[in-house]
Amino acid sequence: MSKSTKQQIEDITSSEYQYGFTTKIKEERIPNGLNEEIIKTISAIKNEPDWLLEWRLKAYNRWLKMSEPNWSNLKYPKIDFQDLCYYSAPKQKKKLNSLDEVDPELIKTYNKLGIPLNEQKMLSGVAVDAVFDSVSVATTFKETLKKAGVIFCSFSEAVQNHPDLIKKYLGTVVPISDNYYAALNSAVFSDGSFVYIPKGTKCPMELSTYFRINAANTGQFERTLIIADEGAYVSYLEGCTAPMRDENQLHAAVVELVTLDNAEIKYSTVQNWYPGDKDGKGGIYNFVTKRGLCKGYKSKISWTQIETGSALTWKYPSCVLKGDNSIGEFYSVALSNNFQQADTGTKMIHIGNNTKSTIISKGISAGNGQQTYRGEVKVMKNAINARNRSECDSILIGSKSGAHTFPYLDIRNASAKIEHEATTSKIGEEQLFYCNQRGIDTEDAIALIINGFCKSVFKKLPMEFAVEAQKLMEVSLEGSVG
Amino acid sequence: MLKIKNLTAGIDDKNILNNINLNINSGEFHVIMGTNGTGKSTLGHILAGKDNYNVHSGDIIYKDKSILDLSPDERAHEGIFMSFQYPVSIPGVNTMHFLRTAVNSIRKSKNLDEIEPGDFIKLFKEKLELIGLKSEFSKRSVNDGFSGGEKKRFEIIQMLLLNPDLIILDETDSGLDIDAIRIVSNGINAFRNKNKSFILITHYNRILNYLKPDFVHVMLNGTIVKSGGKELAVELEEKGYEWIK
Ligand SMILES: Nc1ncnc2c1ncn2[C@@H]1O[C@H](COP(=O)(O)OP(=O)(O)O)[C@@H](O)[C@H]1O
Ligand SMILES: [Mg+2]
Repeated sequence: MSKSTKQQIEDITSSEYQYGFTTKIKEERIPNGLNEEIIKTISAIKNEPDWLLEWRLKAYNRWLKMSEPNWSNLKYPKIDFQDLCYYSAPKQKKKLNSLDEVDPELIKTYNKLGIPLNEQKMLSGVAVDAVFDSVSVATTFKETLKKAGVIFCSFSEAVQNHPDLIKKYLGTVVPISDNYYAALNSAVFSDGSFVYIPKGTKCPMELSTYFRINAANTGQFERTLIIADEGAYVSYLEGCTAPMRDENQLHAAVVELVTLDNAEIKYSTVQNWYPGDKDGKGGIYNFVTKRGLCKGYKSKISWTQIETGSALTWKYPSCVLKGDNSIGEFYSVALSNNFQQADTGTKMIHIGNNTKSTIISKGISAGNGQQTYRGEVKVMKNAINARNRSECDSILIGSKSGAHTFPYLDIRNASAKIEHEATTSKIGEEQLFYCNQRGIDTEDAIALIINGFCKSVFKKLPMEFAVEAQKLMEVSLEGSVG
Repeated sequence: MLKIKNLTAGIDDKNILNNINLNINSGEFHVIMGTNGTGKSTLGHILAGKDNYNVHSGDIIYKDKSILDLSPDERAHEGIFMSFQYPVSIPGVNTMHFLRTAVNSIRKSKNLDEIEPGDFIKLFKEKLELIGLKSEFSKRSVNDGFSGGEKKRFEIIQMLLLNPDLIILDETDSGLDIDAIRIVSNGINAFRNKNKSFILITHYNRILNYLKPDFVHVMLNGTIVKSGGKELAVELEEKGYEWIK
């Protein structure tokens, strides 16, 4: 009979990540290792105020007393934290003259992902023409934002120009002692983004577009802080569907979000970091702490994430629902192929009255990929009328992948209403056969079925990224015959 | 069009079909009747190339070539279509997107350009109307939450859009009310011509009043035990299968 569907599925899912690329960036480096001197050096290079240096040192001393978490389902060799370099300033990349000089495989991926030509140039370091000069575009964006009173700048700039805001909010959502990686980040963070949306202001643009242009320089220990003041709204997109490679294997970012009364932050992530080769070698280890504090009445924080990259992902974007009537949401699609491992999920902590949270998690495991979903819903003693709805679905492709779901419920108030649904299914042979019978080949059928499976999450992404995310899923599952 | 020769097949070593022989010429309409679990759907699935079934011996010749080595999608490209007894749902996959992908896959196999999205929408809505489904169906997910009758109608819509040559209709009438049987039968009849052949699997005579078959076969224990014309179906309905055993 014909080549079996099972064999085809295995061929498709064992494809290599053929699109990774390295750009040689000259770096200004400081010696490897971690100690108080190194931290003082970092702080001095960045010309930081004393209080921030104190804060870093405090974090460092806490970190020394902590140990690396070992409760996750992830397996990886021990990281030698003294053998890492904690500061390197990215220098200008060597400019290429045209896209012809870029790896054609990479261009192919860009095209498959539908990334516009000008952005392709940005991402691959080609000098751009005057019409789409990144500096001038950035300037236009900055002016629009400035008129609206929005502050959007690098974290280092914010430390210089808006120290009061930083001092007021830094570490209020993710305290320095929160976890091992957060403590490390607090001690050595290099840079990141800062956003402040003033009272009653709807941010006039998706902060994504601007961000994407600069996305090529992601640091190893990023720090992001976003504050939406009363009645403010912002939608922020981090990451990029284009494949990202980084020499730093370990990434430990911290993202803190704060919403005051009636404010809303919508934070979307599309992450496609190098997952390692077919055998799992060389991929990025991504240990991220993301948390939002719904501080004000009726405030809302919504996390949407599409994760297809990294060798290891350890990530639990969470919401602390402190304000009465506040709302937390988590929508996630995570795909692990080949030897990728993902341990992700969310925490919803209900503190205020009438707080509401929604969790929709879609896990896809292919090849030898392993997925663990951890979701914690905690309702505090005084939180009256908390509501949570969780829906965690996993789909397995092929016979060697795995999915594990760990829901934790900690309900201390009897008025809470919690609904939890979880399913794990193999990609349906019946569904594949149905598609095949209609003339659709197995590779296209898998993409079709998986995109359908993820639809309820894709719908939450800003329009243009929903389309990209869909293509990204297809590329990530694609066979070596492109 | 189709020659099934001494076909013995099943799952693993177990035979479900035993030595089936069947000849179907272009333009003919054949009916297969038989008790539950006798292997009718299995025959349909094997013709369509489902890979968890094994052909132990015999051959299937379609348009003068053995198709045993063709994958299900390749068979679909060659014009084989099966309307499923139990169509599976594909949540989140939009009906129109699904069918356009299918139509374009088949066009591609024939080196034809993709159909214009606008043209396809028109065509799809036209067929929905013909088979009596509301145009809102273009916004739903494939078979997801469809009633039994809606699923069967949607199978026929797919047949009309994919324009196959050999059509296997597996209990298309089960789950349809009397009016729906008439509407669906009219759709099938309008689609019939001298180049298309049909195999209809059914338990009931009623649909045959509309579809006027050329041959009726009775299948028992995985083999065809009796063949005849339309009168055989009438006789079966009166006397039951015991009469043949
Ligand atoms: N995938 C399968 N796995 C195991 N047994 C099967 C499978 N498909 C069919 N069978 C068995 O083969 C026999 C014929 O089934 P089927 O072709 O569906 O019958 P019919 O359509 O005539 O009612 C039944 O005994 C059924 O249980
Ligand atoms: Mg049947």
